Amino acid sequence: MSIWTHHKKIEKNATLLLVLSFIVVAIGGLVEIAPLFYLQNTIEKVQGMRPYTPLELVGRNVYIREGCYLCHSQMVRPMRDEVERYGHFSLAAESMYDHPFQWGSKRTGPDLARVGGKYSNDWHRQHLIAPRSLVPESIMPGYAFLMERDVDGRDIVDHLRANVTVGVPYTEEMIRNAQRDLFAQARPDSGDVDGLIERYGDTAVVADFDGQPNRVTEMDALIAYLQMLGTLVDFSTYDATARENLR
Amino acid sequence: MVSLQAVKLTLFGVATLFALVAAGRAQDQMFAFHMMIFATLALIFFFRSFKPRALTPLGVGPAHPSEERYEISVLRFGLIATVFWGCVGFLMGVIVASQLAWPALNLDLPWTTFGRLRPVHTSAVIFAFGGTALITTSLYVVQRTSGAPLWSRNLAWFVMLGYQLFILLAASSYVMGGSQSREYAEPEWYIDLWLTVVWVAYLALFLGTLFRRKEPHIYVANWFYLAFIVTVAMLHVVNNLAVPVSFFGAKSYSAFSGVQDALTQWWYGHNAVGFFLTAGFLGMMYYFVPKQAERPVYSYRLSIVHFWALIFLYIWAGPHHLHYTALPNWAQTLGMVFSIMLWMPSWGGMINGLMTLSGAWDKLRTDPIIRMMVAAIAFYGMSTFEGPLMSIRAVNSLSHYTDWTIGHVHSGALGWVGMISFGAVYYMAPRLWGRERLYSLAMVSWHFWLATAGIVLYASAMWVSGIMQGLMWRETNELGFLVYSFAETVEAMHPFYVIRVLGGVLYLLGGLIMAWNIWKTIRGDVRVEAEHYTTVPGPVSAPAATPAE
Repeated sequence: MSIWTHHKKIEKNATLLLVLSFIVVAIGGLVEIAPLFYLQNTIEKVQGMRPYTPLELVGRNVYIREGCYLCHSQMVRPMRDEVERYGHFSLAAESMYDHPFQWGSKRTGPDLARVGGKYSNDWHRQHLIAPRSLVPESIMPGYAFLMERDVDGRDIVDHLRANVTVGVPYTEEMIRNAQRDLFAQARPDSGDVDGLIERYGDTAVVADFDGQPNRVTEMDALIAYLQMLGTLVDFSTYDATARENLR
Repeated sequence: MVSLQAVKLTLFGVATLFALVAAGRAQDQMFAFHMMIFATLALIFFFRSFKPRALTPLGVGPAHPSEERYEISVLRFGLIATVFWGCVGFLMGVIVASQLAWPALNLDLPWTTFGRLRPVHTSAVIFAFGGTALITTSLYVVQRTSGAPLWSRNLAWFVMLGYQLFILLAASSYVMGGSQSREYAEPEWYIDLWLTVVWVAYLALFLGTLFRRKEPHIYVANWFYLAFIVTVAMLHVVNNLAVPVSFFGAKSYSAFSGVQDALTQWWYGHNAVGFFLTAGFLGMMYYFVPKQAERPVYSYRLSIVHFWALIFLYIWAGPHHLHYTALPNWAQTLGMVFSIMLWMPSWGGMINGLMTLSGAWDKLRTDPIIRMMVAAIAFYGMSTFEGPLMSIRAVNSLSHYTDWTIGHVHSGALGWVGMISFGAVYYMAPRLWGRERLYSLAMVSWHFWLATAGIVLYASAMWVSGIMQGLMWRETNELGFLVYSFAETVEAMHPFYVIRVLGGVLYLLGGLIMAWNIWKTIRGDVRVEAEHYTTVPGPVSAPAATPAE
């Protein structure tokens, strides 16, 4: 009987009810989320992860803006069919610089975690402009308008700095050269390519992605991002069964 | 009294200037557009401050005598907004469902693709329809169960209109391409800040009204409303932590990355379901079902046990959205275990709601409003059984990423959230406008059957397509090769996507019938109807049995 009489105290005091409710709902999140920030083995030790190049970052923001994550996941689960279809299962390390994450929750279209390098730039461009011209069964919208939208790179430095604030290790040199790197990646003939590769490594794909040599458009940026997805980690040096990678 | 007017003039004057400067220095069109909205509104309130006028109550005539003690004009606005946003949300659902069935409907324009319109649909139903319904009913219920009018009329209008502004900002930002890509938390940082202000005002208003209550006990519906308000505040603030690229631009970067960001988002995402779409609507159930059935709540002790258990367990369930991902195993297991335990308090609520009809089950035959509420509770029970089932890792390995999840969400959203809200709207409308009864109960019955048929079509189509797609993805032949290409599984979905559109159209039709019925009720028309409907309790016949007025 006592517990019910005690409960009457709570029922008669709105402040008490508020405070107790808040304590009760705070516990679960604290126990589940907080340890992810300090447990060492939350993120695997891998070789090859780097911040996004400026062009990839712009492309990633197009991906976010257009809501691509609503139909495409970026998280290959460790199941036979998924590994068969998409490649090595995704690691936590592979999204360590993703603010925000793009794991997705629905596969109306296929997973894109490892789409980088699987199709040519021309294929991507044509597919983004008119998806059903290449995949008749596709229900994807067309994104021809990306061909007409120039990337000006006016505020790319601010974007890199905001990333630094949330913990992405862009160096001062990367920030200083951000605008140059942004255009160099879509202009293979420009003299700035070597600097880009020096700063970001040879996993940065350099090409005139959209087939419009005189322009750097959002189509260039989006394809640059897609071509890099899942290609950074060097799996020849990764041992999935090593003790530090068992989670 | 110079001071108050001077304060208002200064406040709105400075706000206008700030918004104009921000619009002028804006880094992108969307930010400029939204700052111009803020500037216009601040300017309107600036000029209003010269000659204060009370906002006139909507509709004709006084409320029902039982409502006279209470603040009702803001509730009248809220009820109309709820019905309006419901129809908008259902229409958006039909549109995006049609785009999946017939992709040409994307029109390939930037602002009409599925990727931009889908958040418009989800926000319109969850936040515009559901949120306005929650604010309206919570302010209706807290006044009546406390025996006191709202703490502040002006604050109530600020909460109601401020929330509508949030909805407009959010919806327009999605269409213009401003999204944080956090599901059900898409609005960018400055819209989030605005919602935070509105939400704190809402908490103050609700709590302030509770403090004024004449009843010693806080009625159980208010426990759920209070838990919903405080938890949503916590979730909203933590999940939207971000660093803007510029204070004059919309774009921001999330404070967390990768695996931590993912769990924060689904801690939020699952509890948007748990607290926004469940706890809040349980508050609705605990008031409107006993009132309409004219029966007391079945078990007081059950309500205590299931309240605390529900709010404690729900918050842990987020990781079941991340089974088999790069989230560490221990977190996945915790999420699964708590999700399964959650089955019990969920059904505690269902039992308490259903058993409230003990001795009044005959009303199911005669009262279409009760029928709607009972169907809502039944759908609640069904989807809270399906949820724990899908949170089991082995089941989730099949269901995740497929339409099964979509079907599950809609059996909860259309069945539980929608139906209990419709019931509350039908209950409140004649009382708020002082009408003898609703314009038409036959139309309520039509609404019920159209909505139910719509849900059945929707949910069954998604179950079949989801399970089928999951099985097709993993199908291997005797040599160990995958049998189906991804494109083949997309093609196989088409008939089910068409059935889903049909289900959505039926549900939308029901919503439009409700809008017509409410409109006629507000105007004071009464449709001549068959005799069996006249026994349904309305404001006139209701002898205020329970809960305490």
